[in-house]
Amino acid sequence: MAMQMLPPDWPGNFWAHWGIFTVIILVFILVSVLMFIWFERRAMAVMQARLGPNRAGPFGLFQSAADALKVMIKEDIVPARADKVIHWLAPVVAFVPVMMVFAVVPFQGGALLADLNIGILYIVAISSVTTLGIFMAGWASNNKYSLLGAMRQVASVVSYEIPVVLSLVGVILLTGSLSLQQIVQAQEIPFILVQPLGFLLFFTGALAEINRAPFDLTEADSELVAGYFIEYSGMKFGLFFLAEYAEALVVSALVTTLFLGGWRGPLLPDWLWFLVKVGAVFFVIVWIRTTVPRVRIDQLMALAWKFLFPLALINLLVTAVEILVWPDVSLWLLVPINFAVMIVLVLLWSKLFKLGWGRVNV
Amino acid sequence: MFERYGIGIAKGLSVTIRHLFRIPVTTRYPEQRLNTSRRIRGNELIWNQEKCTGCGTCAKTCPQGSINIVTSVKTEENKYKVEKFEVDMGYCIFCGLCVEACPYDALFLGCSYERARYRRGELVLAKEGLLESAERKPSGYAHPEIAAELPKQSLLLDKDKGRRR
Repeated sequence: MAMQMLPPDWPGNFWAHWGIFTVIILVFILVSVLMFIWFERRAMAVMQARLGPNRAGPFGLFQSAADALKVMIKEDIVPARADKVIHWLAPVVAFVPVMMVFAVVPFQGGALLADLNIGILYIVAISSVTTLGIFMAGWASNNKYSLLGAMRQVASVVSYEIPVVLSLVGVILLTGSLSLQQIVQAQEIPFILVQPLGFLLFFTGALAEINRAPFDLTEADSELVAGYFIEYSGMKFGLFFLAEYAEALVVSALVTTLFLGGWRGPLLPDWLWFLVKVGAVFFVIVWIRTTVPRVRIDQLMALAWKFLFPLALINLLVTAVEILVWPDVSLWLLVPINFAVMIVLVLLWSKLFKLGWGRVNV
Repeated sequence: MFERYGIGIAKGLSVTIRHLFRIPVTTRYPEQRLNTSRRIRGNELIWNQEKCTGCGTCAKTCPQGSINIVTSVKTEENKYKVEKFEVDMGYCIFCGLCVEACPYDALFLGCSYERARYRRGELVLAKEGLLESAERKPSGYAHPEIAAELPKQSLLLDKDKGRRR
């Protein structure tokens, strides 16, 4: 992994940069996860004509801090027949990769821990490790519900990884680089306009990968009680919870970086633009969670293999042909073409394929 | 026919986003209170000592037998003297039969709804504890003249009025 040149305005050597940025990123993740939990509860409550948490601090801002404190002082229960070592290790394995992804996310020009020239590959490789932690949790708990939840998680991640990565390739083709910093710099116009279908596929697939509603089958509370972390309590449960929201943060940051122009924007300072966009994407995630009911497991699989996967392939093909035929054309010309392609494909696929909601003849 | 092209999801999303600009229907209870029904059969009994003649009709109608009234005769005035008027609110089912039966309008149900107690003994109310006071306002149950003066019941429907589409 080749490390590119440090930004020239950074004080000290590589290790000072590393230390400072690691602390900044850790604090950023923890604070924004707490804020996200609060924000989600408030936003969902308002959409359901409720108030949400409003007792702890102004507007209930300290509610998630209070929850975190409560989780930390709770008793840590390990089931008697559990696989103790793996049960202990699982939350860590689930949580650490999510933090690691942020090493390559650019907060503004030059402000990132490591500008890897294989940034997206790194993210794709690292973020899948979380699934391993979740499966470890499901297996080690010695509980059929947690095992079922973990199996569903593995199945959905294996399926959704393909369309997600394929839809990322479109962006990489347009940029010609895997480095997130260069992807942001290449976005004269946000790639959501140039790659509308890619955005749609990536967003849907990413929601499924991080178990957000409507794809939260891993922890479907009405069927599986709580899914893979059913036997967890105390801070181990807290770590899973943290990992879940940190994943939502990762997806928001990735969508911002890859499709919404990252930290680029007029007037406001760059890092503020980044945060505003991340918040907006997270709001959309919450919005979708409030609206759409949970899908069945067969619908989940059908959506991945029958809808997202072929569309991702076609999207990749169309983008590749465009890049090959008009290498020097303005990106603006691709916008109407790609939007037309998206509309035609989505209509066609909705017409042609049933996503597993038909009658099942036994 | 367009339900299958994601139109259904778009409709749902528009519904939820419109709810974002609604007034929440939640009442922040201890700080914020709604007006109860004007004819609420509230959680207490109010007794008017001046009007009561000690006839004991309330005690006879009470299906739970929770009203205990003891009287003695005041021979010089040819009237009953109420020695003891005791209501065990723990047994009371708030049917309001005593209020309806009282021939001299000396009994009322109250407006209160926060009457939980730590000890059973505290539920037994005797003479002075049953009188009307600022905290113990009579409700309009079976007394339309009182109901006319009480504030109207606040409905969640009114809270949302004007903000609806």
